[in-house]
Amino acid sequence: MLVYLNRNTGSTAPERWKAKVTQRETITVTVQRGSAATGQQAQEFQVPAYESQTVLDVVSWIQQNTDPTLTYRFACRVGMCGSCAMMVNGVPRWTCRTHVKKVLKDQRIDIAPLRNLPVLKDLAVDMDPFFDKWVAAEGRHHPTAGREEPIPAINPEAQNRQVASAGIECINCSICYAACDTVANDPDYLGPAALQRAWTLYNDAKDADRSAILDAVSGKGGCHSCHSMGSCTTYCPNGLDPLSAIAGLKRATTRRFFGGGA
Amino acid sequence: MSRVARAHPLWLAYILHRLSGLLLALFLPFHFLVLSLALHNAARLDSFLTLAEIPVIKLSETALVFLLAVHMFGGLRLMALEWLPWSGAQKTWAASATAGAFFLSFLFLMRAI
Repeated sequence: MLVYLNRNTGSTAPERWKAKVTQRETITVTVQRGSAATGQQAQEFQVPAYESQTVLDVVSWIQQNTDPTLTYRFACRVGMCGSCAMMVNGVPRWTCRTHVKKVLKDQRIDIAPLRNLPVLKDLAVDMDPFFDKWVAAEGRHHPTAGREEPIPAINPEAQNRQVASAGIECINCSICYAACDTVANDPDYLGPAALQRAWTLYNDAKDADRSAILDAVSGKGGCHSCHSMGSCTTYCPNGLDPLSAIAGLKRATTRRFFGGGA
Repeated sequence: MSRVARAHPLWLAYILHRLSGLLLALFLPFHFLVLSLALHNAARLDSFLTLAEIPVIKLSETALVFLLAVHMFGGLRLMALEWLPWSGAQKTWAASATAGAFFLSFLFLMRAI
């Protein structure tokens, strides 16, 4: 049985704690190392098990105690910045909020860089394609007023506002992008996050160019490339629903095609 | 690179829809070939249709009914997801589509045997 110990155990701990330290169980962690240029290979590490240990804690332990050359990315540690996403046992996850207990299988964890993005080194991927598509999906604000004009009131109860609000908590972690098989098979596909961003702007009363958004998402690699597999919605750590957002864009672009207006 | 985990209901519904469509597309030419016998060679069609009494053929027909039903229900679910102004409870709808297909093909088998 796995014995989780308090991480405060150490040389200053009482004897009873010291006794337990020697019995500390370890986790076998397989980490994908290298990059596409140098070739990738799996490397195995033994990491001590702690109570309330996250996958990011495991990666950090390896970097701090075993191999300082291990490259990975993180910032906030609290699920806000979206920079620590990795593939954990084949599932894209935010590692700072993924407890080891939840993903441990036979005392093992398999950690790899995010799928569908070029690997820079080890667990750090190049996010440029992800953000480039964000821009390509017209995921930027088109203002309705200048800074000198009064700020128009927005009704939070309005249906469009509620639809927009449902998708604005995206933290750009790229987990949906890594989970999507359409992204894997179609390099032009904009991906769930960028399309969801377009959908929130389309429903934003303060956005002045809905036509530009529909132009951007209705072409090659746009919303109609989505096969509704739903991996984006299944794995989104913030509980967002890009699948429904993309379905909304499909309806909006089709309505416009038949003369319904943007 | 580790294998990507895809075993969630909507992805399984997606692959089931694709595979059933592919298998039905492969079956269609054969289906039309048999139907054409009705025009060109009725006696041969009749002798061919006696094969339908063989248990393994009945089971194959049941599988065919399942493929048809699961593709139809799955397609209706996708059309509803994409064209109607609602998107909730997709897992339930995907499961219902598969359950409906099993029900129909089981009904067919019960009538066939």
